[in-house]
Amino acid sequence: MNSDKITKIVLFSVSFIILIVAGGIVFSLVGGAIPSFKTFGFGFITSSHWDPTEGRENYGALPFIAGTLITSFAALVISFPLSFATSLFLGEYYRNTRVAKILGTMVDLLAGIPSIVYGLWGFYILRPFLIGIGFENQGFGVLTSSIVLAIMIIPYATSLSNEIISMVPNDLKEAAYSLGSTRYEVIRYVTVPAARSGIFAGYILAFGRALGETMAVTMLIGNSNIIPDGLFSTGNTMASVIANQFGEADGLKLSSLIFIGLLLFVITGIVNSIGKLIIKKMN
Amino acid sequence: MNTNILQVKDPILAIENLSVAYDKNVAVKDVTVGIKKNTVTAIMGPSGCGKSTLLRVLNRMHELYENIHTTGSVTLNGEDIFKMSAIKLRRKTGMVFQRPNPFPTMSIYDNVIAGYKLNGINQKKQERDEIVERSLRDVALWDEVKDSLTKKGTFLSGGQQQRLCIARALAFNPEIILLDEPTSALDPVATSKIEDLLITLKEHYTIIMVTHNMSQAARISDYSLFMYLGELVEYGKTKNMFTNPQDRRTEEYLTGKFG
Amino acid sequence: MKAINETENINSRIRKDRVFLGLVVLFSVITVSPIILIISKLIEKGYKQLSFGFLVEKTPDTMEAMTAIANNELIPGGIVNGILGTLLMVAMAAVIAIPIAIITGVYLYENQGKWLANITRNVSDILQGVPSIVLGLISYLWVVKYVTNGFSALAGSVSLAIMMLPMIVRSTEETLKMIPQTLKEAGLALGIPYWRVLTGILIPTGFSGLMTGILLAVSRVIGETAPLMLTALGSRAINMNISKPTSAIPLLIWEFYNDPNMVDMIWSSSLLLMIIVLAFNLTAKQFAANRK
Repeated sequence: MNSDKITKIVLFSVSFIILIVAGGIVFSLVGGAIPSFKTFGFGFITSSHWDPTEGRENYGALPFIAGTLITSFAALVISFPLSFATSLFLGEYYRNTRVAKILGTMVDLLAGIPSIVYGLWGFYILRPFLIGIGFENQGFGVLTSSIVLAIMIIPYATSLSNEIISMVPNDLKEAAYSLGSTRYEVIRYVTVPAARSGIFAGYILAFGRALGETMAVTMLIGNSNIIPDGLFSTGNTMASVIANQFGEADGLKLSSLIFIGLLLFVITGIVNSIGKLIIKKMN
Repeated sequence: MNTNILQVKDPILAIENLSVAYDKNVAVKDVTVGIKKNTVTAIMGPSGCGKSTLLRVLNRMHELYENIHTTGSVTLNGEDIFKMSAIKLRRKTGMVFQRPNPFPTMSIYDNVIAGYKLNGINQKKQERDEIVERSLRDVALWDEVKDSLTKKGTFLSGGQQQRLCIARALAFNPEIILLDEPTSALDPVATSKIEDLLITLKEHYTIIMVTHNMSQAARISDYSLFMYLGELVEYGKTKNMFTNPQDRRTEEYLTGKFG
Repeated sequence: MKAINETENINSRIRKDRVFLGLVVLFSVITVSPIILIISKLIEKGYKQLSFGFLVEKTPDTMEAMTAIANNELIPGGIVNGILGTLLMVAMAAVIAIPIAIITGVYLYENQGKWLANITRNVSDILQGVPSIVLGLISYLWVVKYVTNGFSALAGSVSLAIMMLPMIVRSTEETLKMIPQTLKEAGLALGIPYWRVLTGILIPTGFSGLMTGILLAVSRVIGETAPLMLTALGSRAINMNISKPTSAIPLLIWEFYNDPNMVDMIWSSSLLLMIIVLAFNLTAKQFAANRK
């Protein structure tokens, strides 16, 4: 057998590992969730009753699903003006300038800050501030988590839309300028419409990021197993409940946490695939 | 009139009834040609005529891409190139590309010797030095770079880089050198240096060159092939073809009616 | 009359344009302010504790910390157990992930447009989106339960390695795609076997790009806490046995956060973690800049 064939076989078989890992993840999550699914069925998703007390154990994931979606969505809403402005700053107004380079590096560094450091910052700096302006529950809750999450996802939302915005062809913009448009009008009527789906995809991917964030949320959301009834309520997300309750978990509880992990895997998978699909459609 | 015949005696390279197809699109149609040793043969034709494809079959570079099929035969010194190992064939044929492409991480020295090194051929340092010097002298680059052999090849000027790439191809002492529009990215001065070089190189090597530049073909080639839409329209001594083309399409191309 | 209206209209449009630019700049500044706020806070509160001893001594227990606080002293000890644990687990994760990821990236580059490569690329992308806590669960189910029969550094490494894989796969493929095709062809035209063209020409040419990807992946996993909570667990002792519970800097931060007596150590540990992460991040950027 010649060396080119061997090379091909090596490349092929090693790259198969990633498929095996992914398959194994699905297999193990499903396998681990089965005891819980056998006990609670689909009621697991619709029940909001989470009670680990021995003898009357009952697990329902609805509060965490709701908590995850609410915090992530709120984070997206909060981060939108910030990251949209930043991508215009980087991709349109100050494209290829020194100041954009510095700002861009700083935005990238935001993605480098570990989740737990964000959590500390939220706990020690943001929370006292929120208490100061009359926030209940000692500053813990959905809003606190969402603000920190919003900052955490900015780099993800920004990087794609910044790239797409800077790729809008110059002659399109020049045509609008030559008609006497102001820069704002060019952005509003030319740049943004041309870059719309890319910007949208960026936010979807950022949303997917927010869904799975664990440590910062765990430190700030207040860890109560209830469906949050508003921005000021405490709650728990799917990721934070796993982090919080894993330590003392076995048996049915462990299986239920794995079930939540499976649901989280599926939800983030769907959201990310939608984002990727939009990007693919654009090309 | 059939011009697709082996017009030369004892060709070093004999192409017989060669057809090449990408999926179902035929890029080269039933080409038969013999290449004479120690000559420069130019392959001419408008873009998309199959000239690059033909060149790439000669060292089986076309095999990098799937869905390309060939029929017919090509023999190098009587040996079927499709039956020998691609690695062996490619060591007997050097290739030079449109844009100079020295390996960017390697020094000038390492670029020349890359074929040996990366083929895992162990040599004494002295042998290597000899090969490097001979190859660089062959391309008239030795005097310009002998004091900076450890510098990266990419620091050279475009024309020097292209000569370095030719030296890299010569290092193995190939029988045939295949050049794919080797001067299309160079300025006129560098181009004429390369042309002069090719004329001197044919003493030791057989040169096949794709070019879209007719005057270049007229200046340096001994034989010319004119291809059009995958077909070999005309093949003969360059002098004859330029002064007295046999086919109307050749004439129209040479007089600038299309191309 | 009409002319005046038009001027007014233009003025209001120009005003709108200026206001919008003002908002863009304002919001952009707000966007990056957290990085400055966070880092300055870490420096302000953490520098005092950051000494040589902090890097080479073990974590004190709660009682020692309490005594120190009562005597108005700095908490003794350091986080060497965490530093070594992070080093061990990240290094092991890199050793596992880098070869697999680079070979997979090469495979994807070589098989553009083929169905199996497309599936592999999509699966890798999906893997990149999997929350790290889920990867912690997975490594718990695989390694903690069946390989080391208990929380372990190996389990931590496996979860980090799965995180690193898709990032490096992607950067490898992107890097190779940017190398001119003719370099590969020139190598093959010299009769060089394909694997040597890869290792001798393509990978050295793309070295900066590959390093950027690897360093960014490393910087991303160094700060990971959640998956390690489920796998490596943490330890107050120095542990270099890969089948035993092991600490890491982020795990120690989490412990300090939960222990009222240790709060003072949070900032210095976080500062150190940030310095390490930023160092990797900026080195990666440097490699990326070198390519151009």
